Amino acid sequence: MKLGLVIDLDTCVGCHACATACKQWNTSGTIGPLSDERPHGKDPSGSWLNRIRTYEVGDSPHSKTVHMPMSCMHCEDAACVTVCPTGASYKREEDGIVLVDQDKCMGCNLCAWACPYGARELDTDSGTMKKCTLCVDRIYDLELPEAERQPACVMTCPTSSRVFGDFDDPDSEVSKLTRERGGQQLLPELGYNPVNSYLPPRNPKQQEKLKVSALQGVKQLVNRLINR
Amino acid sequence: MHPAFSVLIFTVTSGAGYGLLAWLGLGQTLGYSQTLTPEQQLIMGVIAMVLVSVGLLSSTLHLANPKNAWRSFSRFRTSWLSREAVFAIALYPLSALYAAAIFWQWNSINVLAGLCVVLALITLFSTSMIYASLKTIRQWHTPMVPALFMAYALSSGGLLFLSVGCFFAPINNQLLNICIGLVLITLALKLVYFFWQGKPQGATLQTATGFTQASVRLLDAGHSAPTFLNREFGYQVAADQLLRLRVLMVLVAFIVPLGLMFWVEQGATANVLVVAWLAMMAGLLLERWLFFAEARHVVRLFHGEQRC
Repeated sequence: MKLGLVIDLDTCVGCHACATACKQWNTSGTIGPLSDERPHGKDPSGSWLNRIRTYEVGDSPHSKTVHMPMSCMHCEDAACVTVCPTGASYKREEDGIVLVDQDKCMGCNLCAWACPYGARELDTDSGTMKKCTLCVDRIYDLELPEAERQPACVMTCPTSSRVFGDFDDPDSEVSKLTRERGGQQLLPELGYNPVNSYLPPRNPKQQEKLKVSALQGVKQLVNRLINR
Repeated sequence: MHPAFSVLIFTVTSGAGYGLLAWLGLGQTLGYSQTLTPEQQLIMGVIAMVLVSVGLLSSTLHLANPKNAWRSFSRFRTSWLSREAVFAIALYPLSALYAAAIFWQWNSINVLAGLCVVLALITLFSTSMIYASLKTIRQWHTPMVPALFMAYALSSGGLLFLSVGCFFAPINNQLLNICIGLVLITLALKLVYFFWQGKPQGATLQTATGFTQASVRLLDAGHSAPTFLNREFGYQVAADQLLRLRVLMVLVAFIVPLGLMFWVEQGATANVLVVAWLAMMAGLLLERWLFFAEARHVVRLFHGEQRC
């Protein structure tokens, strides 16, 4: 199994619900607590396992606002695991999830240095590295109804921009979406082979062209002739 | 990259310590150290291991959870940090044996000295590979980094060997020339590194976000105050200040010691070499600070930097 996420950059509205749901679940989860520094102060800080950044792509007036949520990519060649001197960071053989054993971590930051995606954040309170667990304590929990055995971020996303599944299965939803929508890896040139896949925004003009029916085609032609 | 002071101290002082040990051991195998009395050789060895120990202790200061530091010996097969820890600790019993060999004049002294040299160099190499193995920081991911770390250590260790040695015996001009040569090679390598570093290359915000056919700008980083990522990777120094510091570093770490060494060669009192060594150590501290301050991690792309 190769578990991971598909993130749809076309529909993500940048509401940060995934980040807050992640924080809420994981602060009392297996690696918790995710401590905060000065939560009510002027410059609050703390460890989060999911961050959302907003970019402007293209130049105005043809630009587009893209929200990009980023968490651990559960890389196939995870450099964070290779560099870890204590063996606290490990990649599970059965499903590819990258985890940090909080009892072994010595807080040397080397894995955060090796990670190009900023997926690892040091918890200054416990002195250990915190990262996305892909909600390993949810997805295998047989007490939960089957539909809820998904990461907290996926469960909460109001626009269903996040999809969780097995990339090793060619018929899973994540594999289909990646195939059909041209899912991309971030920073592929570094060669870490990240599992998470980002679906680029759809091109509205191209979509319209594909959908035009015969009647609409005639109408458009008439309109164009009148305009001329 | 945020320059953690404990790491700067660690790499500079333990580098000088390993360099001094390498010079002492090489001097033994090449027949120079024997011109010193056993006590004088032991003093050199103790200075080397004190510098190494100060560095290693300082390195543990940057750990957020040092109670687990003993576990860092466990991933020898994959992690350079683990290898460094193992080699650094393995050098202690070996150097103790070397010290015993000096004190009791064992026949195996040359073998032990040679092993100490090899292990000191391997430890230095492992330390440098912690940085050079990171693909995320292109300024570090180059074979020049291990070469530079070895060169710094052998230069500063050699200068220390000569400046301690000048209290024991008249200065040996042949050794002084070797040391001058090493410092010159180190300086040349560092200048090559600076030129190489200035060449635009590496990942861009486009490849980081996947939008390779349009310009990409950060609109919002998603947080109102700096995070761990900003503090660790977002370290920023003004470009003109970096240039001034580079010039200062080259002056203090290389030009001043070289000038003093040439002066000693011309007949000045050899004790000046102590000043040369202190200048070089201060310069190397600045060099290590620059090594961190100028390194740009790819996470900065996601925070709006166009190119690393």
